[in-house]
Amino acid sequence: MQHHKSVYVKNMLFYGFLGFIAFICLMPIIIMFVTSFKTKTAILSDDSFFFFIPTLSNYTQILHDSDRIHYLANSLYVGVISTLVTLFIGSMAAYGLVKWNFYGRNAIAFSTLLVRMIPPAVMTVPIFLIWTFQFELSNSLNGLIFVYVAMNLPFVMWILQSFIMQIPKQLDEAARIDGANEWQIFTKIVLPIIKPGLAAAAIFVFRIVWNEFILALILTNHETRTMPVNISLLNGSHNTDWGQIMALGVLIAIPPLIFTFIASRQIIAGMTAGSVKG
Amino acid sequence: MIQNKTQSKNNKAYFFLAPALIIMLVGLFYPIGYSIYTSFFDWRLGMPLSDAKFTAFDNYIWLLNDPDILNAFRVTFKFSMIVVIIELVLGVALALLLDKKIKGISILRTIFIMPMMIAPIVVGLMWQYLYNAQFGIFNKMLVFLGLEPIGWLSSDKWALFSVILSDIWQWTPFIFILAIASLQSLPQSMIEAARIDGATEWQIIRFIKLPLMIPVIIIAGLLRLIDSLKIFEVIYIMTGGGPAGSTEVVSMAIYNQAFIDFELGRSAALSNLFLGSLMILSVIFFIIIKIRLHKKSARQEIHHAAS
Repeated sequence: MQHHKSVYVKNMLFYGFLGFIAFICLMPIIIMFVTSFKTKTAILSDDSFFFFIPTLSNYTQILHDSDRIHYLANSLYVGVISTLVTLFIGSMAAYGLVKWNFYGRNAIAFSTLLVRMIPPAVMTVPIFLIWTFQFELSNSLNGLIFVYVAMNLPFVMWILQSFIMQIPKQLDEAARIDGANEWQIFTKIVLPIIKPGLAAAAIFVFRIVWNEFILALILTNHETRTMPVNISLLNGSHNTDWGQIMALGVLIAIPPLIFTFIASRQIIAGMTAGSVKG
Repeated sequence: MIQNKTQSKNNKAYFFLAPALIIMLVGLFYPIGYSIYTSFFDWRLGMPLSDAKFTAFDNYIWLLNDPDILNAFRVTFKFSMIVVIIELVLGVALALLLDKKIKGISILRTIFIMPMMIAPIVVGLMWQYLYNAQFGIFNKMLVFLGLEPIGWLSSDKWALFSVILSDIWQWTPFIFILAIASLQSLPQSMIEAARIDGATEWQIIRFIKLPLMIPVIIIAGLLRLIDSLKIFEVIYIMTGGGPAGSTEVVSMAIYNQAFIDFELGRSAALSNLFLGSLMILSVIFFIIIKIRLHKKSARQEIHHAAS
């Protein structure tokens, strides 16, 4: 009896501590969420830190702005197109590398790490100059997409090559005997088999592109801005409206958080890509 | 005949590889090459490159003699060292403390990943709000405790600390998740045997668990090191590098040189210096992984952490 009680207390302490850690983890996010339902006066007032009348006015205001809807559409467009293009070209390259055994896995692993090493800030000056003065791609969404595809390709190739390696050789041979050419084998056999890999890579790339800030900041203008740039511009003015900033922050955080719920395991795998065998 | 066969094989391979290679050449390697080229010119934004004067290594010499730039390298180094060490210690300690069959581990993992998933710019704004001098929760707590409020982001004594704190919040879970997965994949029989032989909990941690976790700790730490050196958004939004350069990391200095001071040549030179030092680091990183961690176990453990 005594023993049971001490185990019970120990468990209580254990889960209590765990809950505390989880709470610290969530606290800033919860505060952002709660603040997004506060009026300006409630935010400034001392008494309404915990108790206030929630309002949707921040959300209706930020979504009432037609520019904002435009930026939201920009973000979605850039995110979706970058993801699709990176996945398509990346899976082709990964297939080519695995099938014809080029420089192999080490080369992709190394370039994945190398690209991960490149600070986005380092790319800002040359990309800004080249995109503006040579390619005339600045202030265009396609210009932004191009950069994102280039930056995410090594990572996608790394993720996908391990899936492609697992495809049994016999499948490939059977298709060849049936008269399928290389392209048909790739689109009809390889792509459907590596769907789980494509899904994981898609989630990862979309999140990176959706969240990306510095390149979007220098490559877009009033027309082509994405959401992270838009929210950064709300800050810093003398009369910062924190309720609106937090509401916008919640909107930007929603897609990545949804991904967290559906694919937390794959996300960890992606975060260590290149350093370990996939 | 054989010649022909390899030829067609190669053609097919190039067909599949070409799009990716071309995009990476144009979108990654060309810009880096262009950045090296630009760094030899005294070029300001607004003038065409043809008007810019070729100054050879002047930009580099100027940078290496500029106290603000040296300061930026110092701040970056300090920031990365502090966050990586604290996050490693905290993450591993928490993992050792919570090493149990946990009910609902997947929910917990989801919660712990959340801070890393949110856009850095939003994380920066979130923490700027928490640090707000008048109505931020930190100062409210200080006042509640009867203490003086602090200018978290406006004082050069506290600004770097504040940035570090937000980074620890965001990234300690990364170490924790990898560390606890590694712990839970350790051979239980060994730990049981030690326990039967009368080893204390501390001895088990010190002589069995920690040594076996080392490979995973090294990989996790190196990944964090890479990412922490790149920090930009959070600092851009919270302090812009100030006050008095106390949070001006190299990425911030690159941005300021190019898009505030319009000194393109200098900014490119600084980019190259930064990239060069990171490349050396990444080669060392790669060698460490190849040699030191060649044991299969480390990889399996991280793989296990991921699955």
